Amino acid sequence: MAVHIDRYERYWMWASTGILVLFLAAIVLTAAVGSAHPPSHVETIDPEQVGVHGEFASPGVSTADGRVIVSLRAEMYVFRPEVIRVPAGTPVTFRITSPDVLHGFQIVGTNVNLTVAPGYVSEATATFPRPGEYLIVCNEYCGLAHHLMQGKLIIEAPR
Amino acid sequence: MTPAMRLVMAHVWVAIAAFAVGSLMAVMQALSRAGVELPFRSAELYYLSVTAHGVLLALVFTTFFIMAIGYLVSETALGRIRGTVYAWTGFWVALTGTLMTTAAILSGTSTVLYTFYPPLLAHPTFYLGATMLVIGSWLWCAVMIYSYRDWRRVHPGERVPLPMHGIMTTAIIWILATSGLAFEVLVLILPWATGLVEKIDPIQARTYFWWFGHPLTYFWLLPAYVLWYTLIPKVVGGRLFSDALTRVVFVQFILFSTPVGFHHQFTDPGISGGWKLLHTFTTYAIMFPSLVTAFSVIASLEGAGRARGGTGRFGWIGKLPWRDPFFASVALAMVTFAMGGFGGAINAAYAMNAMVHNTAWIQGHFHLTVGTAVTLTFMGFTYYMLPRMTGRAIAWPRVAMVQPYLWFGGMMLFSIPNHIAGLLGMPRRIYTGDFQGVEAAQAWIPFTNLSAIGGVVLFVSAMCYVGTVLATVLTSPEGERETIEYAEALATQPAAPLWDRFGFWTAVAVVMIAIAYARPLYHLHTMAWYGSRGFSPF
Repeated sequence: MAVHIDRYERYWMWASTGILVLFLAAIVLTAAVGSAHPPSHVETIDPEQVGVHGEFASPGVSTADGRVIVSLRAEMYVFRPEVIRVPAGTPVTFRITSPDVLHGFQIVGTNVNLTVAPGYVSEATATFPRPGEYLIVCNEYCGLAHHLMQGKLIIEAPR
Repeated sequence: MTPAMRLVMAHVWVAIAAFAVGSLMAVMQALSRAGVELPFRSAELYYLSVTAHGVLLALVFTTFFIMAIGYLVSETALGRIRGTVYAWTGFWVALTGTLMTTAAILSGTSTVLYTFYPPLLAHPTFYLGATMLVIGSWLWCAVMIYSYRDWRRVHPGERVPLPMHGIMTTAIIWILATSGLAFEVLVLILPWATGLVEKIDPIQARTYFWWFGHPLTYFWLLPAYVLWYTLIPKVVGGRLFSDALTRVVFVQFILFSTPVGFHHQFTDPGISGGWKLLHTFTTYAIMFPSLVTAFSVIASLEGAGRARGGTGRFGWIGKLPWRDPFFASVALAMVTFAMGGFGGAINAAYAMNAMVHNTAWIQGHFHLTVGTAVTLTFMGFTYYMLPRMTGRAIAWPRVAMVQPYLWFGGMMLFSIPNHIAGLLGMPRRIYTGDFQGVEAAQAWIPFTNLSAIGGVVLFVSAMCYVGTVLATVLTSPEGERETIEYAEALATQPAAPLWDRFGFWTAVAVVMIAIAYARPLYHLHTMAWYGSRGFSPF
């Protein structure tokens, strides 16, 4: 097993290991303490029923237990609803699915970034501290008008 | 020309032809994103050309060039290529597949990008052609393994020459990678694309795709590493820093290349966070052998620079042959790879990935890695290999000398603005960055403009490369052939035989893949999934 390793190279290898351990420690720590996880919701849905009944047939904003829930449909080449209004300072959960191909759901300037797949519900929760307006883009190629697929998120001052 | 050289050159020509076509499409895409109104510009043509660019460069150019390097190494380091009939069969199968897939793309019936995520549905010819390309490359793997075993029979107990160790590693990684792709295409996609099965689950398909998609990047990178480790020290007049440690590095790639795919699927639904975290760990593990490579190769260069009379802490750098296009290409490729590597650490970061996923940052990233670290190395290697294969001196030495620097400069102009635009939220693969004039998109304009300029510089560099290669074979007289010589190692202590035991390491890798994938795939297949019909919105 033994491989002769030059002294400086050994130092370098320890430093490399140290950096990688540090990176991983930062990731694990922020995940464990700060709940910094990627969106990993596991829920399936029949894509052919998405537009027919259930929450995605009439997409929009609703509230439950003090949480704001936004149900969305990403479809060629539009987000429904196209304009979303939510209050500032409240956790907002985006629930989104697709009746056709893969789409992306990215709120520009935030870390909300989801892959939307037919047959699955994607979920992300975010709090927007201040009133303002955000651009939403589709970042997964979905056909020839992919670059036209966009939405708007308006953060309103809480009433 | 010897039969082996004919085999190598046949693969090189296909690679260069694919590169030339793919480059032309690339410059049009960079200009389109900046809103430049080229003649015939349309969204249809843009997405078609993104598909063709991805397939021709990321799959065809790389695979054919890598097969060429494999045959060259087998011939020069082992003194044999066994199973030449299979090699040529592989060549024709892969070439036929390439032509089929290219025809399907150009016909406009398969604008699904090179990732072809279902339920986007291409013409069946697209998938069949891609399958044949992969089958051709499997025959290459078989020839590599067969040649190695033939050498091993005559040299029991000896260490396999280091370049061939790297090529065996490449072939093994390719087999592990393409097993995922084969399942996706043969079991999931083809029955669906031909109408035998009605529905397909997109997340299952994506998972198999990325089982393939990440080791694919090491399939590209390892042949470049082989050249960095085993030829460059010789080219600059030095020695390889450590033969034994290089073998350890290569083996680590066999182990860690594949069980990492979820770092491409961090934003996907249907896969729970714990499995994504596990793949994060293995992804960071795979950075280790690259960090060791950075030390070893640069230490080899420093030794050579000092032997050439370089003094002081940095004096050796100036003594290196910066006018030699092969060395310059590799040196610039290494600088670029360092940048790309750190960007990769951000992509692989479990939660931070959300900042960059599918933004322009990603296209900036892989143009540094596969688009420069690998491609520039291969271009530089052409200048080294061509005279030694054909006996013809490089026809336009000054063009060849400048070309790597043009590529590097063009890539900095292309890639850095793409990274910044990505952080500002600009998505990748879009016909125009304009977004109907919405305010948030205005911030991206300077960066799409800069990257368009970078694209033009890269295109000029690409044409310099293609032109020099063509001029060399068409106009340069045939003379003496120099031989290809590999670097000797500085440390003479041989590696333990363990590091040459490819079968054993492959078995360990298979176990690791099973740990990383068996449970989540079992879950994806057995939970209540609905599936999707095909869509062809192009």
